[in-house]
Amino acid sequence: MVKLKRFFVGLKGSYIALILLFLYSPIAVMIAFSFNEGKSRAKWEGFSFKWYARLFENADILDALKVTLIVAAIATVVSVILGTLGAIGIHACKKGYASAMINLSYLPMTMPDIVTGVSLMMMFTFSLPMINPILSDISAWLSALFKKDIDLTIERGMFTMILAHITFDTPYVLFSVLPKLKQMDPNSYEAALDLGCRPMTAIRKVIIPEISPGIITGALLALTMSLDDFVISYFTTEKTQNLSILVYSAAKRGVKPDIYALSTIMFLTVLALLIVVNKRSTLEDIG
Amino acid sequence: MKRSYFSGPYALWMILFTIFPIVFVGLYAITVRNETANSLYAGLKNISEIFANKGTYMKVLWRSITLAFECTLICLFLGYPCAYFLASKEFAKYKTLFVLILLPMWMNFLLRTYASMGLLERNGIINTIVTSLGFERLDLIGTRGAVLYGMIYNYLPFMVLPIHTSLKKMDRRVIEAAQDLGANPLRVFYKVTLPLSVPGIISGITMVFMPSVTTFAISGLLGSGNFMLIGDVIEAQFMQANNWNFGSALSLFMTALILLSIGLLNRLDAGKNSERSEKW
Repeated sequence: MVKLKRFFVGLKGSYIALILLFLYSPIAVMIAFSFNEGKSRAKWEGFSFKWYARLFENADILDALKVTLIVAAIATVVSVILGTLGAIGIHACKKGYASAMINLSYLPMTMPDIVTGVSLMMMFTFSLPMINPILSDISAWLSALFKKDIDLTIERGMFTMILAHITFDTPYVLFSVLPKLKQMDPNSYEAALDLGCRPMTAIRKVIIPEISPGIITGALLALTMSLDDFVISYFTTEKTQNLSILVYSAAKRGVKPDIYALSTIMFLTVLALLIVVNKRSTLEDIG
Repeated sequence: MKRSYFSGPYALWMILFTIFPIVFVGLYAITVRNETANSLYAGLKNISEIFANKGTYMKVLWRSITLAFECTLICLFLGYPCAYFLASKEFAKYKTLFVLILLPMWMNFLLRTYASMGLLERNGIINTIVTSLGFERLDLIGTRGAVLYGMIYNYLPFMVLPIHTSLKKMDRRVIEAAQDLGANPLRVFYKVTLPLSVPGIISGITMVFMPSVTTFAISGLLGSGNFMLIGDVIEAQFMQANNWNFGSALSLFMTALILLSIGLLNRLDAGKNSERSEKW
């Protein structure tokens, strides 16, 4: 009986191992061959950092890296502010409005990425030609005022990508902060008001410290989502590339070891971020 | 100042960047572009175009649905035992194993697809092994199987997660009660465990079917464009053909189809409190 049981445990273990092998073999091959001396993705020709060094000589890749980092940083900061304020507001609202807002926030999370992408693309291409004349008037006025060339006109590029990223990041911040607000004792805010705090001070001194774990988790999630996004970025910019878009256009031309190296770096970055998030709460029950 | 006003900026943002763009999709879907006059007028030509055109688009749609369906089914059969074993007494203590299964889910799907391309390509590792064993080189990229493989590879963790969650939430005493009442392990599974994990199965199906039916890029990269899916057609309408009206009609049609299937699935689960675990 004991033997049979151990046999079954072994069987279960090997099944899990097989699934892990299925999931990790492509990634393992990719990481291994990013260190290959030669161009081959199948024959090992010795260890080298050659492809990693190539990455840092490639201006396109460095530009894309810069775009990815700037977009992720700005989108994270703005979505944390919007999402946290939104959560505090929604938490204090009447039930009907609150549930309407929460359902609305689910929308970008459940809508197919491609639909979010094309809808934003259409809105930007449609509305930018209407906004830009006004912006160019303002820039002309500002340029005259400061005696410097100021151009505020917007093209479909990094700026619109940032707007799109804020849009899909914010609900994740909202849903990491809301549970923390629900756990809070509502009396502590009231107490602060009774003791003479103004609402802003009470929020800063009482609410924010209590919900800060949720804010940090939300920020890390937003950062990860933003660094990771391809579909929505792809549709919201014209010429500006982030790393995912660059990988896509490279992949269309076939597999290359320098993109292996780039993918390895991207994978390890997301992995590191996730380990930090996971330390804070298990992956399973975030938000 | 009332605290609820703090949600103002967020509400404004959502209206501007979520509701407004969706309105655009709707408006473009029900208007037709007059090329000569360069003007738009209302009409349902784009919607009817989906069904017309000798069924070209219906074929693409059907292909997307069947591929996504096969992918979901295989993920269910591969993923259920995996989730079940991971939730079992012997393996529940190894939390890292579970995290390892989920990790690829967080990796950019393009990178995952790129990695699987490296495995399958003409000079890739599989072909190197095959030829070194003395067999003919296999043309794996560009086949329907490669696209299906890419989808399963990308979406399998999305099936394991919700099933595992629902199995973990299950009251172990129910199983013990069934055992005490004399049910053999197989019977316990069919009569107790499986029915109780239905909410997890349903949300797993949604989480796999949804992205796999709308995917683009996977089919283009692994299928070398031989297996256009609905997502690829939408992408082409916007990025190459520049026919936003038809692209919007397709997007609208696809979204409606998805919402309908989610609704049907939830109906299956009606009565029970369905705990849809999203990616979170």
